[in-house]
Amino acid sequence: MLITETLRIALLSIRGNIFRTALTMLGIIIGVAAVITMVALGTGAQRAIDEQMAALGGDILSIQTSSWFSRGVARDRQTLTTDDAAALSIGTRHFAAVVPEINNRYQAKYGNMNLNLSTIGTTPNYPDVHGFEIANGRFFSAADEAARARVVVLGAEIPAMFETDAAAIIGRDILIRSIPFTVIGVMNAKGSYGWRNPDDDIWIPLSTAQFRVTGDEHVETISVQVAEDSTVELAMLEIERVLRREHKIQPGADNDFSVIDRKQFVESRQEATEVFTYLLAGIAGVSLVVGGIGIMNIMLVTVTERTREIGIRKALGATRGNILLQFLVESITLCLFGGILGLLLGATASSLLAKFAGWQTVVTTDSAAAAFGFSAAVGILFGIWPAKRAAQLDPIDALRHE
Amino acid sequence: MLSHDISPQSDSVEVIRLEDVRRRYTMGLTHVDALAGVDLLVQGNEYLAIMGASGSGKSTLMNVIGCLDTPTGGEYWLNGQHVSHMSDRELAGARNREIGFVFQMFNLLPRHTALANVEVPLVYAGMKKKERDERAKHALEIVGLSDRTMHRPSEMSGGQRQRVAIARALVTEPSILLADEPTGNLDSTTSRDIMVLFDDLHAAGHTLIVVTHEHYVAEHAKRVIWLSDGKVISDSMNGAGA
Repeated sequence: MLITETLRIALLSIRGNIFRTALTMLGIIIGVAAVITMVALGTGAQRAIDEQMAALGGDILSIQTSSWFSRGVARDRQTLTTDDAAALSIGTRHFAAVVPEINNRYQAKYGNMNLNLSTIGTTPNYPDVHGFEIANGRFFSAADEAARARVVVLGAEIPAMFETDAAAIIGRDILIRSIPFTVIGVMNAKGSYGWRNPDDDIWIPLSTAQFRVTGDEHVETISVQVAEDSTVELAMLEIERVLRREHKIQPGADNDFSVIDRKQFVESRQEATEVFTYLLAGIAGVSLVVGGIGIMNIMLVTVTERTREIGIRKALGATRGNILLQFLVESITLCLFGGILGLLLGATASSLLAKFAGWQTVVTTDSAAAAFGFSAAVGILFGIWPAKRAAQLDPIDALRHE
Repeated sequence: MLSHDISPQSDSVEVIRLEDVRRRYTMGLTHVDALAGVDLLVQGNEYLAIMGASGSGKSTLMNVIGCLDTPTGGEYWLNGQHVSHMSDRELAGARNREIGFVFQMFNLLPRHTALANVEVPLVYAGMKKKERDERAKHALEIVGLSDRTMHRPSEMSGGQRQRVAIARALVTEPSILLADEPTGNLDSTTSRDIMVLFDDLHAAGHTLIVVTHEHYVAEHAKRVIWLSDGKVISDSMNGAGA
């Protein structure tokens, strides 16, 4: 009853100064829109990383040759061999799978088209461990591995790069380093990790890579899938124990290999993204505060302009609480209108960013509710002081005000 | 002449009792005693004019009687309530229920219609919209403006505005109508109309206090008190009744 009347008076006064009100609201609109957009960007980035996490599958440790320095220049020293992989896969309960990889970039030729492709020589358990699925055909088998078969599986984007499609290229030959390989399968698209894109890799059997292409026993990476009943820490210790033994490293000497937990790597990226999101939202929040100060400013002007009205209302029986509420409702109304418009603007900006910049953005109901709550809070926070000033005016002075 | 049922005070009920009321303003080291001990008794259905030169304290007395200001000394009872010890919130309630203000400058809210203006005190009394409308329309009828309910102040003449203000003062059925130079901003013909309206309201049983420095206004009143230097220097009945 009194509150509907208060709201009516607030709307009347807002309508009475529509241009000024719109300008004031702009501060809140921009502030809320900025918060919504920045949080949407952050949430989008977060979600992208979550998807990568899921794509990585279980806990996988990646063993690599560690770099060493000679006269200040980093040199790669190949220390990992197929024998290491064999040693790791024998008789340990900490590993569910061991996948050695020989990585090289080779010229690949199909018809008259040449591509320089990252070629991975690996074992048949590779798709399971790394969470790949075969879209067409099959992955190579243990028999292929044993026979050093000249077969190749292509990444999802390769057929298009050769200007054909997955179904058409299966059974055909491509030349890798001038050696003919038969295409037996095409992987499902996996999406890029950011630093590399597995969809433009190709895979050949480890033995084939070793004996027909590179001619030595070195491998670049050995991926180890941690057994479900073990832990990352135990698996790391086990790797270190086995490889130090295999490499005959003296106690006290440094490892000549390094073990990377890829999940940990993604997790640290996730943390960085989170910090980044907070940072962006914080900056956007500052613009919301600036908008709030604009509201406070205009409310102070309004109180001064309406001093006489306040005096009249007090003479007619308005209490301090009535007057306080009236101006508070007015500033909250301003901010909520601004909040709604800002929300619409922010959602539009987010979808435009997603469409034209290609960034993943997610406007959640949480962030919308938060923006709404924020603008109401700004209305209260920055409205309370002007409203208090209005409430505390002396009715006699206020009535004399010209 | 006036046919309405906004219930007036019956006679011989004590509406106002001031005992040695003082109001001192302090500015730095100097004090100004705007009221230096005022005693006053006003019964129901009296028609009282407060006169005095400017600076005599009549505005301060009006503010104290109207519960806009609290005395710094002495006691004030309004309709049996002890005003001199009221909190800010209670004073607002007293202004709402007991006092009907009529100002020299009309003091209507410019964005509101006549009807909405008259309803303002009822809003603060917590009355429902439907009842407010009925009472406000009735009050506008009493002052002869039932055909102007939807006009805004800017669309009305000075006399009409003052009538809206009087309707607003009447609408809560207050104990006293308190008018401060009610004709100060009106031409003489309109002034006379307003004073006739006051006479009618008095005849209908209302208690009126008019603060003025104009003799023809005071002549309408039944009792006149003169203030000088914050004190009542004369208190007399208008023998001939003007």
